[in-house]
Amino acid sequence: MSDLEAFRKETRAWLEENCPKEMRDGGAGEENICWGGRRWTFQSEAQKVWLERMAAKGWTVPAWPKEYGGGGLSKEEVKILKAEMRAMKARSPLESFGIWMLGPALLKYGTHEQKLHFLPPIARGEIRWCQGYSEPGAGSDLASLQCKCEDKGDSWLINGQKIWTSYADESDWIFVLVRTDPKATKHNGISFILVDMDQAGVTTKPIKLISGKSPFCETFFDDATAPKEHAPGVSAIVGEMNRGWDVAKYLLTHEREMISGGGGGLFGGRGLGEVAAQHVGLENGRLADPMLRAKIAKAEIDGWAFLLTLERMKDEAKAGAGVGANSSMLKYYGTEFNKRRFELMMDAGGSDELEWEGERTKDGKLAKAWLRTKANSIEGGTSEVQLNIISKRILELPDA
Amino acid sequence: MPLILTEEQEMLRDSARGFLDEKAPVSALRKLRDTNDPDGFDRALWKEMAEMGWAGILVEEEFGGADFGFVGAGVLAEEMGRTLAASPFQSTSILAATALKKIASDAHKQEYLPKIAAGEALFALAVDEGAKHGPAKTAMKAEKHGNGFKLSGDKTFVADGHVADRIIVAARTAGEPGETEGLTLFLVDAKAKGLSAERTLMVDSRNAARLAFDGVEATGDDVIGEVDGGYMALEGVLSAGRAGLAAEMSGAAQAAFKMTTDYLKERKQFGKVIGSFQALQHRAAHLYSELELVKSVVLKALQDLDENYGMAGVTCTLAKAKAGEVAKLASQEAVQMHGGIGMTDEFDIGFYMKRIRVAQEMFGDTAFHADRLAQLRGY
Repeated sequence: MSDLEAFRKETRAWLEENCPKEMRDGGAGEENICWGGRRWTFQSEAQKVWLERMAAKGWTVPAWPKEYGGGGLSKEEVKILKAEMRAMKARSPLESFGIWMLGPALLKYGTHEQKLHFLPPIARGEIRWCQGYSEPGAGSDLASLQCKCEDKGDSWLINGQKIWTSYADESDWIFVLVRTDPKATKHNGISFILVDMDQAGVTTKPIKLISGKSPFCETFFDDATAPKEHAPGVSAIVGEMNRGWDVAKYLLTHEREMISGGGGGLFGGRGLGEVAAQHVGLENGRLADPMLRAKIAKAEIDGWAFLLTLERMKDEAKAGAGVGANSSMLKYYGTEFNKRRFELMMDAGGSDELEWEGERTKDGKLAKAWLRTKANSIEGGTSEVQLNIISKRILELPDA
Repeated sequence: MPLILTEEQEMLRDSARGFLDEKAPVSALRKLRDTNDPDGFDRALWKEMAEMGWAGILVEEEFGGADFGFVGAGVLAEEMGRTLAASPFQSTSILAATALKKIASDAHKQEYLPKIAAGEALFALAVDEGAKHGPAKTAMKAEKHGNGFKLSGDKTFVADGHVADRIIVAARTAGEPGETEGLTLFLVDAKAKGLSAERTLMVDSRNAARLAFDGVEATGDDVIGEVDGGYMALEGVLSAGRAGLAAEMSGAAQAAFKMTTDYLKERKQFGKVIGSFQALQHRAAHLYSELELVKSVVLKALQDLDENYGMAGVTCTLAKAKAGEVAKLASQEAVQMHGGIGMTDEFDIGFYMKRIRVAQEMFGDTAFHADRLAQLRGY
């Protein structure tokens, strides 16, 4: 038996024994996500046990090194673990911005001390992080951000405002882009700093969106502080002082790859044709609405072609070519496609899916999801910004 | 299988690109057009391509071919698309070679495959009878006649129909137009009594013909595959042809796009290169994205043909639909962004628009394949 086969067998047996029955429902839906954090209330005892067991194994972040709370698994082993979890419909034990964003940034730019200090609590779900990037005056032009950070000897003094900080009102710590050198050119005076939100100088205010939900906040820094070192040898600043833009760019690329879907959401669940058939019916095996049918068929062609492109780019990356600026292409196409997919589902659903409240539509589940997709092509850099990046970095067209 | 070319396939692509840039640039097609060349392609060049193994790219080694598979054939088609090289490659080396390989008798294989590989025999596939593609619409009759058949009816849009030595033709031995049952494929001599070909000069200056069958006799040995059961076999061959055309369109569209972005970097108006204007940048960037999607679906279709020929129909339909749509967009954007010069015959971009228009129509346009996909997906 090869090592990988042995690993698969052990993994299956371990999951079988340790994954609580209640956590084997596929965990679909945002309401079932376990985010962790100081203020987290577990949905059930099973959710708590599942997180603790997986964290003890290092499998909440299986690819991270063991010394930082991870599982130290190889790419192939991570794949096997994911596949085995899928096979038993096991829920993900923990999701967070710490796992998705800060972790990768620290692993790439952090010091050993920073990793030792910050990564294990993320892996155990003890600290929930949020991301402070955009400002009211710095959206697409993110590098023009103004949030001020001054050197006060042993500590940093932070004043300014962030916006679109996801789940800031439920988070414990925030990683923030701040201006540490107001005299430098705009890309060169930014630092990436880690701040504990448990202080009077940091306040948050949820923003109600068109979907009726409030996943984003405004976050205010009024004489907020961060010690130069959160613990001996653990700097509050990640990467070099005034070189925070490098970290931000790395994370934005990473975020774009995530938002472009990884393929997951595109054909998740039933096909568009099947959804439409339920609402408008079939005549001689064809959707009774021929115009809608044509639009859906065209969308499926594009969606499928996009999924194959994700696959090809992954294979090229493995072969050493790297995804590079193509992450902008994937982000642009994937998010625009997702919006189109939800428009078609709303077209297919007609008045049935226009209900905002009530049992029939689970309080307008599709309608709310449809509205949520409108942010896809804004967050993580708008579609227009992605097109600018493609023009400049791939097509090498000159600046205006 | 990873969705990338192997090293061997990359080498084939690089050598093909070098050869075609030198021997078959767009100016060669222009010359064929301007001299009213009766063959519509350069026979000496085809001989050279055969010597390099291109004519027999799909043919097994035992019959003298290179046996490089559909991905290899697609790589060549894509490169030919870049320079709009006129050759019998699609008809003979993809369509006929596939039909012979997959469904013909051993006797047919032994007789014809070596000739294809050597570049000594040209074939054409005759399917459509009306303005829009539809194999099931076949009305041409093949009536029982003694031990054999008599073929009567007309075919149109037959690539290389006037230069082919042999014609593979779909005819109805049973059933009614619109039905998939009752179709049979025949292999007939182009010089057979009662068969006449009229070359049709098309917008792309490439080969096409209308064929008239007036009681053309065929024996039982001339049947490829099963009598009455030819539809699925034909679909398989058409899938290969669709993937081949999609690859060609991908190459043509990429070349047109490259010409366009080069022009955007050089043409000045208002004191600036026009490529610095965001209105044009965003259109170019969008087109770039679409072209990346085309590359992916085309490669997937070709890989499927190699790995699971019987199940490749869906991805070939996907590739033809997407490549046709995007190649049209690329050619239209190319002309618009070139402005006035794009409208002149002297400039090459128009040749791309014309070839793409024909290639996207052949064996089903995007609407045909979108409809087919919907049917296959159960809606």
